[in-house]
Amino acid sequence: MRYLPLTPADRAEMLAAIGATSIDELFADVPATARRAGLVDLPLAQGEIEVERALSKMAAKNIAAGSVPFFIGGGAYRHHVPAAVDHLIQRGEFLTSYTPYQPELAQGTLQALFEFQTQVALLTGMEVANASLYDGATACAEAMAMAHRITRRGKAVLSGGLHPHYREVCATYAQFSGLEVEALDPSPGIVEKIDLDNETACVVVQNPDFFGELRDWSALAARCHQQGALLIVAVTEIVSLGAVKPPGAMGADIVAAEGQGIGNALNFGGPYVGLFAAREQHVRQIPGRLAGQTTDTDGRRGWVLTLSTREQHIRREKATSNICTNSGLCALAFAIHLALLGETGLTRLARLNHAAACNLADRLAAVPGVRLVTGSFFNEFALRLPIPAAEAVTVLAEKGVLGGVAASRLYPERDDLADLLLVAATEMVTQQNIDSYSDALAEILR
Amino acid sequence: MTGWSQALSAHPAPTEDAATLTGNRGLQLEEKLIFEQDSAGLSGVDLPEPPVHKSRLGGLERREPIGLPGLSEPQVVRHFTRLSQKNYAIDSGLYPLGSCTMKHNPRINEKMARLPGFADIHPLQPASTIQGALELIDTLAHWLKILTGMPAVALSPAAGAHGELCGMMTIRAALTAQGDARQRILVPESAHGTNPATAATCGYAIDPIPNNARGRVDLAALKAKLGGDVAALMLTNPNTCGLFEDEILEIATAVHAAGAFFYCDGANFNAIVGRVRPADLGIDALHLNLHKTFSTPHGGGGPGSGPVALATALASHAPLPWVVHGDKGLSLLEHAEGLAARTIGRLKGFHGQMGMFVRALSYIMSHGADGLKQVAEDAVLNANYLRVRLAGTLSQSYPGSCMHEVLFDDRFLKDTGVTTLDFAKSLIDEGFHPMTMYFPLVVHGALLIEPTETESKASLDQFADTVNGLAVRAKSGDIAGFHAAPRLTPRRRLDETGAARKPLLRWRPESPSREAAE
Repeated sequence: MRYLPLTPADRAEMLAAIGATSIDELFADVPATARRAGLVDLPLAQGEIEVERALSKMAAKNIAAGSVPFFIGGGAYRHHVPAAVDHLIQRGEFLTSYTPYQPELAQGTLQALFEFQTQVALLTGMEVANASLYDGATACAEAMAMAHRITRRGKAVLSGGLHPHYREVCATYAQFSGLEVEALDPSPGIVEKIDLDNETACVVVQNPDFFGELRDWSALAARCHQQGALLIVAVTEIVSLGAVKPPGAMGADIVAAEGQGIGNALNFGGPYVGLFAAREQHVRQIPGRLAGQTTDTDGRRGWVLTLSTREQHIRREKATSNICTNSGLCALAFAIHLALLGETGLTRLARLNHAAACNLADRLAAVPGVRLVTGSFFNEFALRLPIPAAEAVTVLAEKGVLGGVAASRLYPERDDLADLLLVAATEMVTQQNIDSYSDALAEILR
Repeated sequence: MTGWSQALSAHPAPTEDAATLTGNRGLQLEEKLIFEQDSAGLSGVDLPEPPVHKSRLGGLERREPIGLPGLSEPQVVRHFTRLSQKNYAIDSGLYPLGSCTMKHNPRINEKMARLPGFADIHPLQPASTIQGALELIDTLAHWLKILTGMPAVALSPAAGAHGELCGMMTIRAALTAQGDARQRILVPESAHGTNPATAATCGYAIDPIPNNARGRVDLAALKAKLGGDVAALMLTNPNTCGLFEDEILEIATAVHAAGAFFYCDGANFNAIVGRVRPADLGIDALHLNLHKTFSTPHGGGGPGSGPVALATALASHAPLPWVVHGDKGLSLLEHAEGLAARTIGRLKGFHGQMGMFVRALSYIMSHGADGLKQVAEDAVLNANYLRVRLAGTLSQSYPGSCMHEVLFDDRFLKDTGVTTLDFAKSLIDEGFHPMTMYFPLVVHGALLIEPTETESKASLDQFADTVNGLAVRAKSGDIAGFHAAPRLTPRRRLDETGAARKPLLRWRPESPSREAAE
């Protein structure tokens, strides 16, 4: 077996050194009834050729986004990732290192995390950010739990514009931690009424919201603060912050975002990278790892993981979160991509996305029977169709166009959303793609 | 110029080596933050200027600059290459972190995960366009079920601790469904910190169980604590002392007799994969770390993947989504309805860590049933070989053979003036990553060593010779080097207390700390 360096002679020599007559002796503590004599019922070892052949066959059964006109968003976005990103994250020193608990052997990872934290803080307009969480949805649930710890209040209000997966993850966490969740109904195109009382720990909103609508949450932030509650702003398309007023400038107390859109492929939903940013005054309540600057015994600048008394390996049941492994390498990909883009690149990328979406919205809204629901948007918007959106998605796929997400896939119980289609356009979309889409849609609705 | 230190003269080279003008030392290159290398207006990505169009941002245009630095591609590539060279990695050497299973990460896994058919598919594509992805998930789930002997596997948890959360939530859901509001979770003192943290996240009170003198759960103490209020036992097996819980069947029987569930932390599954099925040990729920046993890379802290194998009594509560077989092939059940009506709900956005699933399946296919059994055997053999090679100089905490990792404590350093920390740091100068230190908490000054099966005998011998040599040196009274260690790394011991006292978590322009740089 190509990954096992011991030879039969090594094994015999090592067993002799140990003083065991067979390997079975080393498993003597396993109860006899649980010892398996033979092999488990799996195929035997295969070479790289066979493995590559079998997995490539599976991969070929999928329609890759890059092979068709592609307009799906809904919390994961197809952006171009420069070749240098993937090259750098595959360097073994990044790819195959552990969590940087021994800082002298991990200054590379730690400095990159410090840069990542700075980038996330700048982008979100917040004071501090952590070294990543699993994804946007779990970051949102962690933000809700953090608001509960800070305010010592028991209720979280979730906007109807919050991504349904984020809402569901918050609800799952809350049902076990004893928090009360008030999830408002989704109401695309309508400004929802959010009520606060003195039991409200936080209000969780999203920008742009799940239906693509951009909103200024500044007034809500002020109301939250008046009531002693925190405002949590979720961002599912991080590239939007290259063009849009950041949550920090609206008065957000915590930002929970999905960072996939920068540096990371679609990957069928994971691994992604949860971004988590907050105000400095709450730093000791932040979940997850934090890289911090310090000096070594010679007075030189260096980096360590810090404030670990918040974390499970020190605080155990009193930790701010149970998270250990996070999304380190995805965070690195994010940091490298954003370093490449820089201020000029990111802002231009964001403008390209917005331009593509405006172009697409105009074209699709011009198809008879189609109505644009979203008033102001970044790179994703909602359309009302004269037929069920799920049906349109299926027929479009048959025509070789991945045309968006039917809201009914996420809200099957809501009849009023059955005709609602979410459509996204990024810098990857060409004019030809847009033509193909509008032609196909027109044909379907004819 | 990228990375050149200008403030070197203020800080002469720290070691006996001659100072250099640059602060660089041969292949060790100093590197500033990207924010300190800003050339305003530069970008490493060339994008076209967007066509003129009317903004529909609704007056929410960003008005202030973000503050991101501008760098060209060569500068960025050099920056991150230099950073990478300040890291230790399993690619470069033995990484004996106990309970972390730092094994070789095969590159075919990386290649497969990057096939466009896996990497470039969207989680919300129609089912007809992702049949291969669902087939991969279903195949991986099938093989994990075979390896654990358990009837169901939930794949969506993103890491080990997330898997624990999933398992404990299904347990709580199953009890609640029976109208049983049990409040306590029993957790051995040797457990990973994630176990009590998870139980607390799940709304439970934690009750610690002591170890016995043999490094295993004290069965009598466990039985005394079991009662109608105990929801579950969370046990790591093999445990964090590197020992198989040899009374596990009695433990399972006692737990079940008390009406509680038996959760097992499978972080150490590498010791038994292909040889022992957790189902045969009476376990009700167990998470697997694909980033440990199944070789997906740790990536400097993640991402991971923590599938949870579930017994029949818990399976109906598994989190969304489920992959199901139907007349149109495979599909995703994404809502609490039908078969999934009793689900705990959703634990994560979308469907789980697909990129990790591809890598893990690639690994499992490469090894097969025969190779996986050999993995467990070689992992245990390597750990025991190190145990006997080190037994003469170090103090083993619990005598006798171990599983995939071996636990020592600091008795061998008694009265030497050298601590576990000093000892570990001195290994760094010798070119090794230290073992896990000060964990588990059940012994004093723990040193937990897990070599994994992907180390050769020569590599183990070199490590053992080094550790033994250091131990002899410590005992001989030649200890100045231990306190100074590490001396040969890009940075020497870092002030962690100072970092925590005055947290500096981001770069800021004009930050006074810039003067302290380099």
